[in-house]
Amino acid sequence: MQAWTLKNSINQAGFLAGFKSLVFLSALLPLARLIYFAYSDQLGANPIEFITRSTGTWTLVLFCLTLGMTPLRLITGWSGWIRVRRMLGLFVFFYACLHFLIWLWLDQDFNLAAMIKDVIKRPFITMGFISFVLLIPLALTSNQWSQRKLGRRWALLHRLVYVIAGTAILHYWWDKAGKNNFSVVSIYLGVIILLLALRIPVIKNQLNRSQITQSNTTS
Amino acid sequence: MKPFIDPTILPSEITPKAIFEQRRALIKVAAAGGFGAGLAPWFAREAFAQTALAGPPAGGVKLKTMPSSYSTTETLSAYKDVTTYNNFYEFGTDKAQPHETAKSLETRPWTVAVEGLVKKPQTFDIDALLKLAPMEERIYRMRCVEGWSMVIPWDGYSLSKLLNLVEPTSAAKYVEFISLADRKQMPGVNSSVLNWPYREGLRLDEAMNPLALLTFGLYGEALPKQNGAPVRMVIPWKYGFKSAKSIVKIRLTDQQPSTSWNMSAPSEYGFYSNVNPNVDHPRWSQATERRIGDGRGFFAPKIKTEMFNGYGNQVASLYAGMDLKKFY
Repeated sequence: MQAWTLKNSINQAGFLAGFKSLVFLSALLPLARLIYFAYSDQLGANPIEFITRSTGTWTLVLFCLTLGMTPLRLITGWSGWIRVRRMLGLFVFFYACLHFLIWLWLDQDFNLAAMIKDVIKRPFITMGFISFVLLIPLALTSNQWSQRKLGRRWALLHRLVYVIAGTAILHYWWDKAGKNNFSVVSIYLGVIILLLALRIPVIKNQLNRSQITQSNTTS
Repeated sequence: MKPFIDPTILPSEITPKAIFEQRRALIKVAAAGGFGAGLAPWFAREAFAQTALAGPPAGGVKLKTMPSSYSTTETLSAYKDVTTYNNFYEFGTDKAQPHETAKSLETRPWTVAVEGLVKKPQTFDIDALLKLAPMEERIYRMRCVEGWSMVIPWDGYSLSKLLNLVEPTSAAKYVEFISLADRKQMPGVNSSVLNWPYREGLRLDEAMNPLALLTFGLYGEALPKQNGAPVRMVIPWKYGFKSAKSIVKIRLTDQQPSTSWNMSAPSEYGFYSNVNPNVDHPRWSQATERRIGDGRGFFAPKIKTEMFNGYGNQVASLYAGMDLKKFY
């Protein structure tokens, strides 16, 4: 019995390490794709626009995935999802940095005065900028040391993610508003609403309970 | 006419011809393998990219055109960029889509009805329109409202030639352009992104300005479908969306026509939509633009946008006394 458990846990640890590596490499694929496209001349007539949109989209995709880890754990009962949540969150920040730097460099030409003017004047830029700024404290306090140091305030601070969900989707929505082109952004909005809804206590408890009954019946 | 001097390019930035040619020779040597196998593919691609700038692929039907003094001497945008990066919502909202999805467009038979407040309303067959006046090559800057620009060699003649033929009445004040909207040929028309058919308009005096080009071709060949075949407008001092594509009807009216983008987002797209670096789009600045395929390289900074896209000498007088912040 003892040996079986030990072997099992070794397998589990190995599986988790493999899972984490897989997530890590997958999260690098959007960047690898851009580099490959740049090399093979597939970025189209306006490469800067392509890279800007691509990094923005992948920031949002990874953001949704990060938000999806907690509901996934509740539904499946497997804690491995939570073990990759921080990594995914840091990848959100990584792609957000690329997205922001491309705007700052190639759109604003590192002109800070122009940048500030753009942030104040244009609501969709304002929302993008707020989202980026709010991601910074989350990335900085994503380590265990900060988690211990901040204690209960850490969880409170990381609720900023719900604010970012709103500002990020508004950034995208207002960018598409002028062209009435809401088909894609609506899908992201739907996903985010679903992911947030799964955190409403009543629904969350329901998910949790179904998990408990499931594990009860299987064991 | 004064010689064109681009103030955005310093003489010091221009590569002397001899050095330029030396570099070309170097690239050729490198492509042949002289530089080592590792670098050769990269150089070869670079050399290929240079030849790709030349123009359309061989085998197209050439139009007979004559040069025009309205042409700019700026470097042409690559044929590939001009024909694969298109805002043509009838074929999808993604700029990379139309060159694929527009293949379903039938450009023959095609007629253009010219009607409304004219003495001689008439429906023209496209082949008759092609022969209506001598075709000119007009190399124009094209500034998209989204903040990018190209330099495109269009082929056509001034719209005024057609309008004079149908004789607008004294009541006519505006010209409305209506594009084809056929669900069977145009997949994008099934979406409610815009109010179809695509409609655009000009004041009659704007339409009579010789720069306003009734356009049938680019790069010396009949318009590719994704660029608005078989006939479109090109109005170089206005944002690109003012230049209606695949036109089936031209109507002269006494009322300012409703235009598609204005109906969709009135606070963002006005009736006039003249290129104006001083009037920002609500969501972005119009002070600068990214020149597609900028010769200075991938990460070249944007260039300054010119008032009326640099055509102020020809068109500024049309707007004398108007507040262009109000009439954007």
